[in-house]
Amino acid sequence: MENLAESLLELVRLASTSLPADVEATLRAACDREAPGSAAAGALETILENVQLARQKSTPVCQDTGTPIFYLYCPPGVSSRSLREQVEAAVAEATRRSYLRPNAVDSLTGRNSGNNLGLGYPTFHFEEWGEPYLQVDLLLKGGGSENVCAQYKLPHAALKAGRDLEGVRRVVLDAVYQAQGKGCAPGVLGIAVGGDRGGGYVHAKEQLFRPLGDTNPIPELAALEERLFEECNELAIGPMGFGGKTTVLAVKIGAYHRLPACYFVTVAYMCWACRRARMVVRDGKVSFSQQEGV
Amino acid sequence: MAAYDLSIPISEQEIRALHVGDTVRLDGVIVTGRDAAHKYMIENFVRAAETPVSEQALYQELLRLLKGGVIYHCGPVVRQRKDGSWEFVAAGPTTSIREEPYQADVITHFGMRGVIGKGGMGASTLQACQDYGAAYFHAVGGAASLIADSVKQVVSVYKKEEFGVPEAFWVIRVEGFPVVVTMDSHGQSIHDQVEAASRVKLHELMES
Repeated sequence: MENLAESLLELVRLASTSLPADVEATLRAACDREAPGSAAAGALETILENVQLARQKSTPVCQDTGTPIFYLYCPPGVSSRSLREQVEAAVAEATRRSYLRPNAVDSLTGRNSGNNLGLGYPTFHFEEWGEPYLQVDLLLKGGGSENVCAQYKLPHAALKAGRDLEGVRRVVLDAVYQAQGKGCAPGVLGIAVGGDRGGGYVHAKEQLFRPLGDTNPIPELAALEERLFEECNELAIGPMGFGGKTTVLAVKIGAYHRLPACYFVTVAYMCWACRRARMVVRDGKVSFSQQEGV
Repeated sequence: MAAYDLSIPISEQEIRALHVGDTVRLDGVIVTGRDAAHKYMIENFVRAAETPVSEQALYQELLRLLKGGVIYHCGPVVRQRKDGSWEFVAAGPTTSIREEPYQADVITHFGMRGVIGKGGMGASTLQACQDYGAAYFHAVGGAASLIADSVKQVVSVYKKEEFGVPEAFWVIRVEGFPVVVTMDSHGQSIHDQVEAASRVKLHELMES
């Protein structure tokens, strides 16, 4: 694979400074629905103003540029080691240029590495696929939203949640209630049903790459997404937890196979600043996009 | 809901005039401080039998800056100019609730009049706001480029090497920093109100 250093740097810059068009449009529609003059409308107006300013000045939408989470889909024969090194170099350079905040902290000493590189940092998911091109998807996920993510083990007696989609519905409502405004509402919910505990989070975060307006191809999940979207908003937690009509921007659900003994529901809460970007390298040509889903 | 402009240092009288829902634009010098900073202040100043000699200078500086002052829960993205001075590039609030174990003691020890953050805080901070005369100012989470625009000068920075850029004490001069009062000095909290209302709705949805 050719030298992608500059392109990968552009991918990081784009993800940090330019909110995807579908997310911005959804926020704008939400702003129009809130009562004029309310704290909720005020928060959304500020958010939209900030999004425009960040894009115009090429500065981070949010100062918590989060964990850079890379999903790399490679054609056969591409060296994942070489790609990893190039991504790491781009992340360090993006940090030097203030597109990213230095966020990698040694858990034992408390020292910040200063360049966003460290053990298990950033996060990589590699997959070889049958397509003839390389695709690099990047999600920047901040700490406030990561702290309100939740994983439930069904059955859950206190929530009267059994091992079925009604049980999934109940625990997701609980997760959104528990989060209140702390994950920077209005959030995008990426949900995984099944999997092991680790795989559940990986799959839940994959859902965050889906365009906000898409429809789940699995009818039961599409129906649950729609119902949860309505019901989460009925909680009226609102932007920033100020109260209001917009508590979530979208609900996206995926399902994995599971062990007979295990039934996990994983809720990856993403803040309103759902910062994702995609880079495709085909026949030596690089292109970027921020709307199409995985 | 009323709108106010407040200059730091803020008086108790000015704080007592504020109620939840009011919007405020803040002017003056504030200090950023988050997880490492709060743990440090508690261990070295607030609950320490004696402040270590090595930390005395910073202690005196913080006492001066925070009297009637405001601490901002924020870990900024910064840029260093060629002349060595610093610039805030992105500077929205971080989640405040992590400082709940410390905040009430820090408010009373330093004589602070406010905390800026996001997500709200708990019962002990609300009590300290009521007893001492302080307010919780909510900034819009993620509005980082916009808020950075209201930071007119980085006056100084402490503990940058030890704590790292996000966790350091950044002393900044702000103009027109936009916030909403979500916890006031009269025992009111928008966060408590919204949580209580959403709990009722949650129970309804669970019964349906």
